[in-house]
Amino acid sequence: MDTLLSSEGDSQRTQYPYVTGTSIIGIKYKDGILMAADMGGSYGSTIRYKSVERLKQVGKHSLIGASGEISDFQEILKYLDELILHDNMWDDGNSLGPKEVHNYLTRVMYNRRNKFDPLWNSLVIGGVKNGQKYLGSVSMIGVHYEDDHLATGFGNHLARPILREEWREDLSFEEGVKLLEKCMRNLLYRDRSAVNKLQIAKITEEGLTVSQPYSLKTFWNFAAFQNPTVGATGSW
Amino acid sequence: MSSIGTGYDLSVTTFSPDGRVFQIEYAAKAVDNSGTVVGIKCKDGIVIGVEKLIASKMMLPGSNRRIHSVHRHSGMGVAGLAADGRQIVARAKSEAHNYESTYGEPIPIKELAERVASYVHLCTLYWWLRPFGSGVILGGYDRDGPQLYMVEPSGVSYRYFGAAIGKGRQAAKTEIEKLKLSELTCRQGVIEVAKIIYGVHDEAKDKTFELEMSWVCDESNRQHQKVPEALLEEAKAAAQAALEEMDAD
Repeated sequence: MDTLLSSEGDSQRTQYPYVTGTSIIGIKYKDGILMAADMGGSYGSTIRYKSVERLKQVGKHSLIGASGEISDFQEILKYLDELILHDNMWDDGNSLGPKEVHNYLTRVMYNRRNKFDPLWNSLVIGGVKNGQKYLGSVSMIGVHYEDDHLATGFGNHLARPILREEWREDLSFEEGVKLLEKCMRNLLYRDRSAVNKLQIAKITEEGLTVSQPYSLKTFWNFAAFQNPTVGATGSW
Repeated sequence: MSSIGTGYDLSVTTFSPDGRVFQIEYAAKAVDNSGTVVGIKCKDGIVIGVEKLIASKMMLPGSNRRIHSVHRHSGMGVAGLAADGRQIVARAKSEAHNYESTYGEPIPIKELAERVASYVHLCTLYWWLRPFGSGVILGGYDRDGPQLYMVEPSGVSYRYFGAAIGKGRQAAKTEIEKLKLSELTCRQGVIEVAKIIYGVHDEAKDKTFELEMSWVCDESNRQHQKVPEALLEEAKAAAQAALEEMDAD
């Protein structure tokens, strides 16, 4: 059946992703967690889908955002749905919080990686339970950590430097949204798989809300963009 | 109705000369001797109530649950051998999960009842298995509205407006028949079920009991859940009052 280094029959090896979502950004703020994601689903270099919801609720206390292969995200949502259902059916007054969901996903991702059959996603889990704010990340190889602000993919390079400078413990909701929008705008300019249609989700002790999709204002009127070919090699 | 099946009652794969399978009838006795379980279908949902006989004062109230959720939209009240009942619930949960995995929608209650019934029946077909010593009342709310089914240890399952199993089932069924179920909301149904259970509880033979109730209705958003604390207390109070009124006569 299974040999040590490869399995026959139902063989799966490390795949390539097909339809992917780009960065997720998550931050802790005064009352809870804020997460932002655009609604693009790229098919290689084509922006194929423009209404993909990449931020989803998990049970009463958590919010998950995913980048990477969208079909694998849908599979993860199925696992989480089963997890929450079984938790609810115990009916014992307890419910799984973001820390527990994060740990569960870490186990799933790491074990899949060990079978050379990863779920091709980078996930951000955020939530509030019993007054405790939590924000954690898991990658497709099972690397996991918690922090006050997190991002996936390009967000790590373009958004986190901004967050390291400007994030504070006591951000209000409006300040948090402005900060996220600043990061998302930067991604929109520089990440070629970003689309200008985003959602921001807020989760507090009271509950979760995901905003309606909206667009950011952009500015292209830079001097260098006027008459761009003036002075270029070979031009006159 | 009881008779001695000497010689024909040793195995579930033996028929008696008058066409009965005694092992199944004995299994049903286990159900008949347990605390009453009542289920009713109101106009907007299902209510299930259990007379949980308390074996020991040391037991924590709220433990040893007799009503279990099978899926978001359905639940079962179990009578008879508790451990057998737990297996039936586990199987029902598994069936519900598989159906949703395959077909993408919550399992229709009719389908769930059929699957549970055929599993219970399966255990009456082989000599190396024994029949389940428990019956269940299954209630749920799907696209076709609220539905109530009962599954017996023999593996038969029928759909009901109102059903009762256990010690006080005869008295309970009489009480249920008096109700105008098509006009009752679940809120009112909860009060009625509490009254019935308090009514059929035999103070002389059994000591204390705990009332456990659940519902699936429009008010609970078509989710199966324990009846909310406040309503449960209201129902218990109304049932106590009704009892005292009866005693006063």
